[in-house]
Amino acid sequence: MRIAVCAKQVPDPDIPQSQFKVDGESLNVLPPAGVPPVVNGFDLNAAEAAIQLAESDTSTASEVTVISAGHGFAMDVMKKPLAMGAHQLVLVDDLLLADAPAPVTVRVLAAAIRKTGPYDLILCGRQASDWDQAHVPMGLAEALGTPCISVARGMAWADDNMLSVDRALEDGYQTVETTLPAVVTVTNEFGEPRYPTLRGIMAATRTQPLTYSLADIGIGPHDFASSLRMTRLYEPERGGECEFIDGEDAADAGRRLAIRLRAEQLI
Amino acid sequence: MPSVLICAEVENGDVSPTSLQLLEAASTALPAYRRQIAFVGADLSNVAAAASNLQADQVFLIEHPQLEHGDAGVFDAPVVALHDLCQRESPDVVLFARTDYGSNVGPRLAFKLETVPAQDCIDIAVDADTRRLNVTRPVHGGNAMAVFEFTGDGPHVVIVRPGAFEQADAGGGTPNIVRHDPAGTIPEPRARLVDTVKVEAEGVPLQDAEIVISGGRGLGGHEAFEQVDELASLLAAAVGATRAACDAGWIDHERQVGLTGKSVSPALYIAIGISGASQHMAGCSGSRNIVAINNDPDANIFRDARFGVVADWRQAVPAFIATVRDLQAG
Repeated sequence: MRIAVCAKQVPDPDIPQSQFKVDGESLNVLPPAGVPPVVNGFDLNAAEAAIQLAESDTSTASEVTVISAGHGFAMDVMKKPLAMGAHQLVLVDDLLLADAPAPVTVRVLAAAIRKTGPYDLILCGRQASDWDQAHVPMGLAEALGTPCISVARGMAWADDNMLSVDRALEDGYQTVETTLPAVVTVTNEFGEPRYPTLRGIMAATRTQPLTYSLADIGIGPHDFASSLRMTRLYEPERGGECEFIDGEDAADAGRRLAIRLRAEQLI
Repeated sequence: MPSVLICAEVENGDVSPTSLQLLEAASTALPAYRRQIAFVGADLSNVAAAASNLQADQVFLIEHPQLEHGDAGVFDAPVVALHDLCQRESPDVVLFARTDYGSNVGPRLAFKLETVPAQDCIDIAVDADTRRLNVTRPVHGGNAMAVFEFTGDGPHVVIVRPGAFEQADAGGGTPNIVRHDPAGTIPEPRARLVDTVKVEAEGVPLQDAEIVISGGRGLGGHEAFEQVDELASLLAAAVGATRAACDAGWIDHERQVGLTGKSVSPALYIAIGISGASQHMAGCSGSRNIVAINNDPDANIFRDARFGVVADWRQAVPAFIATVRDLQAG
């Protein structure tokens, strides 16, 4: 089985909020100094899922290819899925792809998938931690003409060239069987991505990514159309004043808090 | 006259609460638009009566065996059925709620229509000068807000965050009911639903609770949630958690509050050992009163909290519980 994993390089979402800054003029998020980017967390869940599926497919030599569209790739960051056990890294690198709108990302990823495919399965993270759109995978499925199964918390190969997917729901889960090829999005409930082994890191170091330009995959200026345009970016006003309840010690503060909430008729 | 198509859902045989929120969004943000509502399902006879009272100009009831439960988990059939409807009706705006149905069908419909969806919107407005549709959505995990403008012809697909709008009245209207048979457009299924398992969480359901008590990474382990449970049962409250606490296995994922978990808006939200990352606050910032107990005075949670205690929860929470007990004993 050939499995593609779509991965995105994003600013580290775990920085302290005080370091998060936007530039309202250029409509950009300003990266904090000295904090390297990361592979989007859900995309690493997708990479973990792909590697597990490849390992469980004993009938054929399975291969996991990680595909990313963007600009300014930090190679040691983007090679993390390789170090985890993915086999191949495909990068479509162009200045125009820095913070590209979703439909552009869809067209570029679909073109890269066609160029390097065919794939039996395309896995994506459920959403990216920068723009939280959660719809590039749906667009990809429409572009490739495949089914789209979202928020997988578990997956297994099924009979007759099908894939069984457990979808996380708000109040439980749902099992779906899909034909292949399919696009499946993966959620954190799938499980933590594995730590790269030393052997994996060495292999990743030796693996040269396949790098494509937009022209290589047949993407032209008309592919950059988008009918949704950002006009404003700002940091929201946060709450009001917090009233701190003090006490002689922590227990006393807890006691006073209860009395205060009672006085406010909140409990 | 411009028109808005509301892609509604059925829940327990009735119009779902989030669908009534879409109706409210349409009537407040797009008052001059003609309102159309579309339901899809295998058999909509149980919702037809309720649908015929909605404040809209037209209600489409689209029935097909493959639209069972909105084609749960697979969503191929509603995408095709609604695409067919959009091509015939040419709505300017299409609204979905960001439910399982809306977050799947909405984007796929938009891409099939060769337009772009706007996901997880909390505000909708028509710009007074440009007359263009503007939407506001949280981005970067809620650390920032962005306003987007739709250009060109629609249909512009907007997926609305549940809870962002109040619920419209379920009655008071006399829409024209149109039954629509999409047979012929629905393709052969490519995937099938095998099973849906509802996990009934113990205690008070999160969405209905007037008080929610949540624990985060600061609780340090599974055992600490016993105290959260104890306090919750004293206050008839629901138990919530951050994603970190769920991922660590201290509590079920069904209890997760946040961007990729549940959204709650109780009268009182007590956050214990929660730093207040924006991804968590995205799920609870609608709470009327947030109370935080955290040993880090610089924790973000205090920026959103009305009352705060800077203390180790291990001392503060047992004393809090004991005092609540005393107060209740009167």
